[in-house]
Amino acid sequence: MRKWRPERTGLYRSEFEHDNCGIGFVVNLKGKRSHGIIQRGLETLVNMKHRGAEGSDSKTGDGAGVMIQIPRDFYLIQGYSIPQEGQFGTGLVFLPRDPAEARKCEEILVQFVHDEGVELIAFRDVPRDNGTIGDIAKKSEPLIRQILLGADLPREELERKLYIIRKRAEKFVAASGLKEKRYFYLPSLSTRVLVYKGMLTSEQLGEYFLDLQDSRIQSAIALVHSRFSTNTFPSWDLAQPFRMLAHNGEINTVKGNRFWMEARESILKSDVLGDLNRIYPVIEPDKSDSASLDNVLEFLVMSGKSLPYAMSILIPESWNEKNPISPELKAFYQYHSTFMEPWDGPASLIFSDGRYIGGMLDRNGLRPSRYVVTKDDLMVMASEAGVQQFPAEDIREKGRLKPGKLIMVDVQEGKIYRDEELKAQLASAHPYMSWIKKNMVSLEEIQTGNIIPPGLGEEYNNYLNCFNYSREDIEMIIKSMAESAMEPIGSMGNDIPTTVLSKKPYRLFNYFKQLFAQVTNPPIDPIREEMVMTLTGYLGSLQTNLLDKSPDHVKMVKFKSPVINNTYFQVVKNLRYKGFSNSVIPIHFDADEGAVGLEKALDEICRRAEQAVDEKNNYIILTDRNISRGKAPIPSLLAVSAVHHYLIENRKRMQIDIVVESAEPREVMHFALLFGYGASIINPYMSFAVIEQLVKKRVIQQDYDKAQENYIHAVNKGLLKILSKMGISTLRSYRAAQIFEAVGIHPKVMDRYFKGTVSRIGGIGLEEIAEEVLIPHRRAFASGEPPAVFSEGVYAYRKNGEHHAWNPESVALLQWSTRNNDYTKYKEYAALVDRDTVRPGFLRGLLTYRRNPIPLEEVEPEEKIVRRFVTGAMSYGSISREAHEALAIAMNRLKGRSNTGEGGEDPGRYQLLENGDSTRSAIKQVASGRFGVTTQYLVNADEIQIKIAQGAKPGEGGQLPGHKVDRIIAKTRYSIPGITLISPPPHHDIYSIEDLAQLIFDLKNVNPDAKISVKLVSETGVGTIAAGVAKASADLVTISGTEGGTGASPASSIKHAGLPLEIGLAETQQTLVMNNLRRKVVLQADGQMKTGRDVIISGLLGAEEFGFATSALVVLGCVMMRKCHLNTCPVGVATQDAGLRKRFRGKADFVENFFRFVAREVREYLAELGFRCFDEIVGRSDLLMLDDSISHWKIRNLDLSDMTAFFPAARRFPLHKVEPQIHKIDDVLDRELIEQSRDALEEKKPVTMHLPIRNTDRTTGAMLSGMITKKYGNQVLPEGTIRARFAGSAGQSFGAFLVPGVEFYLEGETNDYLGKGLSGGRIIVVPPPGSTFDPERNIIIGNTVLYGATSGEIFISGVAGERFAVRNSGAIAVVEGVGDHCCEYMTGGRVVVLGRTGRNFAAGMSGGIAYIFDEEGDFDYYCNMGMVELSLVEEKHDRKELTDLISRHFELTGSKIAEKILVSPDLYIDRFIKVIPYEYRKVIEERKLEEIREKLAQVEKDVEMMGDG
Amino acid sequence: MGDPKGFIKIKIKTAGNRQIHERTRDYSEVEQTLNTEDRMLQASRCMDCGIPFCHWGCPVDNLIPEWNDLLYRGDWKGASERLHSTNNFPEFTGRICPAPCEHACVLNIEGEPVTIRENEAAIVEKAFAEGYIKPSPPPVRSGKRVAVIGSGPAGMAAADQLNKAGHLVTLFEKDEKIGGLLRFGIPDFKLNKHTIDRRLAIMMAEGLEVKTGIEVGKDVSGKEIMGQYDTVCLAIGAMKPRDLSVEGRELKGIHFAMDYLTQQNRVNYGLHAPYDNRITAEGRKVLVIGGGDTGSDCVGTAIRQGAEHVTQIEILPRPPERRSPDNPWPYMGKTLKTSTSHEEGCERMWNLSTVGFTGTQQRVTHAEVEEVGWEHVNGSLSMSPVPGTRHQIEADLILLALGFLHPVHEGLLSELGVTLNNRENIKVDGHMATSLDKVFATGDAVNGASLVVTAIASGRRAAKRIDEYLQGGGIQ
Repeated sequence: MRKWRPERTGLYRSEFEHDNCGIGFVVNLKGKRSHGIIQRGLETLVNMKHRGAEGSDSKTGDGAGVMIQIPRDFYLIQGYSIPQEGQFGTGLVFLPRDPAEARKCEEILVQFVHDEGVELIAFRDVPRDNGTIGDIAKKSEPLIRQILLGADLPREELERKLYIIRKRAEKFVAASGLKEKRYFYLPSLSTRVLVYKGMLTSEQLGEYFLDLQDSRIQSAIALVHSRFSTNTFPSWDLAQPFRMLAHNGEINTVKGNRFWMEARESILKSDVLGDLNRIYPVIEPDKSDSASLDNVLEFLVMSGKSLPYAMSILIPESWNEKNPISPELKAFYQYHSTFMEPWDGPASLIFSDGRYIGGMLDRNGLRPSRYVVTKDDLMVMASEAGVQQFPAEDIREKGRLKPGKLIMVDVQEGKIYRDEELKAQLASAHPYMSWIKKNMVSLEEIQTGNIIPPGLGEEYNNYLNCFNYSREDIEMIIKSMAESAMEPIGSMGNDIPTTVLSKKPYRLFNYFKQLFAQVTNPPIDPIREEMVMTLTGYLGSLQTNLLDKSPDHVKMVKFKSPVINNTYFQVVKNLRYKGFSNSVIPIHFDADEGAVGLEKALDEICRRAEQAVDEKNNYIILTDRNISRGKAPIPSLLAVSAVHHYLIENRKRMQIDIVVESAEPREVMHFALLFGYGASIINPYMSFAVIEQLVKKRVIQQDYDKAQENYIHAVNKGLLKILSKMGISTLRSYRAAQIFEAVGIHPKVMDRYFKGTVSRIGGIGLEEIAEEVLIPHRRAFASGEPPAVFSEGVYAYRKNGEHHAWNPESVALLQWSTRNNDYTKYKEYAALVDRDTVRPGFLRGLLTYRRNPIPLEEVEPEEKIVRRFVTGAMSYGSISREAHEALAIAMNRLKGRSNTGEGGEDPGRYQLLENGDSTRSAIKQVASGRFGVTTQYLVNADEIQIKIAQGAKPGEGGQLPGHKVDRIIAKTRYSIPGITLISPPPHHDIYSIEDLAQLIFDLKNVNPDAKISVKLVSETGVGTIAAGVAKASADLVTISGTEGGTGASPASSIKHAGLPLEIGLAETQQTLVMNNLRRKVVLQADGQMKTGRDVIISGLLGAEEFGFATSALVVLGCVMMRKCHLNTCPVGVATQDAGLRKRFRGKADFVENFFRFVAREVREYLAELGFRCFDEIVGRSDLLMLDDSISHWKIRNLDLSDMTAFFPAARRFPLHKVEPQIHKIDDVLDRELIEQSRDALEEKKPVTMHLPIRNTDRTTGAMLSGMITKKYGNQVLPEGTIRARFAGSAGQSFGAFLVPGVEFYLEGETNDYLGKGLSGGRIIVVPPPGSTFDPERNIIIGNTVLYGATSGEIFISGVAGERFAVRNSGAIAVVEGVGDHCCEYMTGGRVVVLGRTGRNFAAGMSGGIAYIFDEEGDFDYYCNMGMVELSLVEEKHDRKELTDLISRHFELTGSKIAEKILVSPDLYIDRFIKVIPYEYRKVIEERKLEEIREKLAQVEKDVEMMGDG
Repeated sequence: MGDPKGFIKIKIKTAGNRQIHERTRDYSEVEQTLNTEDRMLQASRCMDCGIPFCHWGCPVDNLIPEWNDLLYRGDWKGASERLHSTNNFPEFTGRICPAPCEHACVLNIEGEPVTIRENEAAIVEKAFAEGYIKPSPPPVRSGKRVAVIGSGPAGMAAADQLNKAGHLVTLFEKDEKIGGLLRFGIPDFKLNKHTIDRRLAIMMAEGLEVKTGIEVGKDVSGKEIMGQYDTVCLAIGAMKPRDLSVEGRELKGIHFAMDYLTQQNRVNYGLHAPYDNRITAEGRKVLVIGGGDTGSDCVGTAIRQGAEHVTQIEILPRPPERRSPDNPWPYMGKTLKTSTSHEEGCERMWNLSTVGFTGTQQRVTHAEVEEVGWEHVNGSLSMSPVPGTRHQIEADLILLALGFLHPVHEGLLSELGVTLNNRENIKVDGHMATSLDKVFATGDAVNGASLVVTAIASGRRAAKRIDEYLQGGGIQ
């Protein structure tokens, strides 16, 4: 049978799939049923079709569906004998295609129906028309029937029975031997709701299910969903809605949530559901994250919980001090947080049980959710505004869901429940506050007089050696953390071998790699948006049934920091609070027994942990103290994970917590791993002992307490960062979520001790793990003096330390050869580097290729090969102008491409130099900071690269320290000299794959001639993401290896985040080919590319273009100082210091030489392989073989066969790009605008036009702006040349990149990304004429407005969503109210808010000024004061500026609130607050002083001149 | 680490040398010292490079960025410990090493390297002065006996390492004082011999046994030693000098450089010197043949002895002032080196081949030289005489500083019968073991004549291998 989702092919795993979507519902508030509601629902879907995606056959949708109320009458009319409302249930049944198996499934279902005492009325054939659906969908199309059931039971009871029937049948079929059992699925089975769904596009849904066209089918609700899956093998069952909800977003912690839920099953009890074993597992296996969440929601509701309750405990809003919610509600959240970890990840959810229908946003509020309520009782909520059109005068209310908030409609009562009301009800249901007060104790508040010193006395050296502490661990990592409370920063990537390839012993931690968010979900900003994050945890869970409410649930110890010192560890150890008890379990193994002893010890530890549970202990303490010659420490990670999984399997995990006392963890990654595999609290006693020594020796010149505090603070901060990279907000949900991939550990070990974590190339087993512990252990306990610690050379090269690919010889030879244009010397370099590569230094070193030589002359020329080369994205700012331009000149000469990096580009570089060279970078990067991303910048690109992640620090933002921002850099970045520039971790316009598609669409509109590329970093599932990117119409995908990267980054990110290039590249190639998407995109690879061999092996793995960054810099003189972030580069490469830049000795010629050498070498390899052109070898992994001659003790059991797998699909489908992408920009509204603007474009004559607009008209204005800029360049059109007046609901990115001379005036509303990248144009948005709702209370524009705007103006008569003016660097805006995070990261421009603001105003704002009308006088609560100061608007200059802006606003929009203020300025202007960043004020003051000084100087000069006269 | 901006803020400052007119009157050390603050500031110029090329360039693997940082922060003790962790005798290398580290220093791209060698000397001198360097005998003795034959830097380093690892070590020296070339070859104005004694005292206090004045292979047979010890380490140097076989070589007044230098060193130390056979440059016209360090040492010694005129000639061409394109950073720069001795007054000439000597009354009066030309042939330099360029240089003392060929074969080596390699040095395997069981070799005797720092590194390597052989495992 053909599987729907190949579970495991090569490196692909079905679990990697993600989806994001358009969601919405239409409801008649009074419960009036009609077919019109269903039609509106379907229309809503079609109007969001740009949020869905199509497969490679362009017809198969990723999935669409609708949930309606059960149309009972419809079946009556058809002649079925149907019991009365409430006693009738039904649902579609997806069945195997094989008729016999389908019948069998029906029989099974019916058997359970009868078993539960329910009566089968009939099976009904569901009329369908599969004429329009795609081939892929057709191939997996199930047989679909409908089951009609009845029972003489109360509705709730029948509802539960239907649930039990469904669960039992699912379980039974899954366990059966049926060949096509995977087809069996019930989209719903209920007395209230009915779900139609399938692998369909939005349009196909209504066409396919003929019922949906039947006007006799009526409902008061229609909840719809269309899916955009990165996921390449969408299937019918994974379409949404599920049984209760539809979800747009991604559950980042799903692995942990699933495990915890499974673990919890043992202690759940429900009176109403009876024996729960019948329905377990609660979570259906092998389904999506959304489906799992739905499973749990449904379970909670079926067990009697209300929908709002269940939603609130699964996805709680943040409840720290920054959130203005009642203490009772906070107590509610706190109470529930003790036994339900959040399902964490950005999410917009809609849900319904047929009576209630509602929507909810998670705490981050990253997904839009807009709604409208009409005067005739219709409510429409959707991911976008404008999915349903209503006359302005019919609209009662327009709104949006705010982060963490709910809204719900009861169609029976005809009432809308708002968040405050719902939550107040929840909060008052039980005395949560007093329960907590009575039962919970805070660890930090426990007083203790018993101070436990950190020292280890004479054992100190033994511990140092036994746990393999290197000098770098002590002097770089621990010292730096204890001194500065921060992790150390590094630069220039990681060039040591992946742990498994190194012959040296490492801690087990080092085999794991952090995963991070890219594309399908955004990372969080742990600094600027800290308010949603927390590390708070609880200890001592003697969990009982979460379905019960009891004060006993909170009998636990709360802690704010999960890393504790020895004193508090002692407290934890001796805690007898409320009968607490624990069991201390040593984690040692018999050193003489090696692996056997290790395995034995692990078994024993697990057994003792189980015993501890049985003896009702609250927590176990795993400790590695008391090592000795005979007792070696078990890797703490292995012990924790082994216990965690053992207890889950034995259904005993929920009753106990794991506390770790270990000498092993020292750096942030170690802590993250221990938490990520289940630990609750860690006492890193060795780190404290080291700190004590450092303090004693005066290496750290602080007292011990302060140093210890700093260290803990650094760990905590680092943890938040690691969480945030994955888009996770709380440590509680991160705990045991296993967000890692292992590289180089054997599946046997993984399956047993790290279940659920991916490890794809085999590797070490227990034997090697034991040996890695024993090597340092033996050293520690060898006779004689304990040896000194070593300089391991992991971070900086040391002669006898770890091998670095960039070492004195490779650097010296590369510089020597390229300077002297000496190919022989280059070959020496290449030979040396390749020898190191196969040492092995990189995975590719283990691979060799089949030879079939042909004469060199037959191979395509060097000139063709060099075109495949690009240089890395390094900004002018991070590297010097000299270096940046040398790269550009060289690449332009070669017809390769250089990259601007994230820093804009001086327009002067668009002109050729006198000698014909060009310093223009062919690739323009668009990163999250959007520095200098103007229309002009974009139209001057051959390729526009969207940087999702970078190898050096995937999942993190960038930072250009103020000392590198000089006048010219500031100019190209539209910022101010001396002010630090921060790029946020996420792109605030890419929270999901459909958002990325939108950005690609934006950029393609601005510059239809440029290729659009997307840069990703190798990690688990990157292939699936790349497939999504390909579906989002990117022309090129770059996969960066973790080893690469030049940017400054915390040491742990450089070392531990992301995967080796080879794995990600191979996975991407395999996944794209399997889906036949490879033919549409170019695949580029980078990450420590150094020689022709690297190019060839990467080419065979699937890359057709190659990025070089470090090597190109080395050619230009870089000596791998790794101090780029300090601006002290002594060779003038990565510095802006004028003196140091003089030391730059690089030349474009050298770079040119280098790439010609590499190409020459590649050509020689092609001849050796027997191919005439490079395209012929792309993706030919069948030509790769393992080089048997390379081996050492740790790589014996590596298995690269999945990496080099060559599938049948690879013989059928193209392996490299052969055809163009379809961008769908031929019929955009801009074509009409351009047509009507002809006079203006050709003769600069003013034109005015009137146009209707809809939400499906996206990115309006960008193509027009691009065209104007291409034509006129720097010369701008006179103001008001093109005036376009629109009416309606504009789609996303309205007015994006609008240029001077163009004015958009919109009556209506807009969606997200209004004025994105605004480059000088003007946008005015007013409510439609005739509207009666109050604009300053109603939202009329979406989220993320003016993102990356550099100039221009925007006037909004109405309220905006979250992140208004994020990263604005020059635009002027007036708006009447904003959501959370307004002015985030702003670096310039003006923002006037004539109404209320949300929380976290001005976070990360370093420039520009905001004026807030603070009528309530509480603005300071909502403002993030980290970088700004508040004042009244007192200076004359400011008052005038403010009044002028309000006047302009009034003139352009007729705003009532503006009018009110202007009528009585004396009354109102004083109520404005001025928000100005400290740094910005300082710069402005300096500038003023400078002006005065200049004036004075001028005066003096004048005086002198007069004197002379 | 350090001050990241140190190299921008602080200019390179070397301690400099004593005034020429002053220093040429004595044999005291020429080089001066910086004050403590300046020294620490100089250390702040070290950038703690991601790739410390200095460390790579250093034959003895000195952890230069690490101790520079400690020095910068004023932790002299820590710096000294870190320094000693790779180098047994920083007081020697800190004075006389040609400092390949400084050639490789990233700041040397601009010609202003960190003053690594001087920093090294400063650290170790301070450490002695402050009493940080104290005898610290090994806590446990292995009971294994090791004989190290030859007490030059290689032998000393090997002996020191092995002694510290707990073995019972005897260091044999044929001369009456230990140190080998270090003591007798290098002039006092470069290396004050007190430093050797100071170090030796520490080593002996740590239990090292020293037997001087015994030439193994002559005074006692090698076999006998082999019988008495568990292992033997040959560190006898490469003492066979290269000679010139040209007409007139037999004339009086023509000496090997080492014979000449040794005499002055002995005199300075108050040791027996052959007064009847005294070689002195006083009042003489001196010609030094050979442009290397030994030649330079002869120049300085001759000047101090009151030579009338000193000339130094070299057969190779004059090195360039700056690095040539095929001798880039970070490799050892092959540029013209002007030593303190050269500064003291010496005529230097290049491209001169010595073809003969003439003299009167058996004493040399002139050297006959001829200009030569060099060209690259198949990647190596090839020499040819320039016709018609023969001329004479007036000289009545001629010192041959033409380098060394290999160890002296007569005596110990021939007695033991160790296998030699094709360069007639002692042949060793990857474990520094010779063809004879339990006999190891190290230093110039294995590698041919090289730097003191290389000898120390070699001695350490041998010690590690010997320790492994003795199953100690105590040397990292």
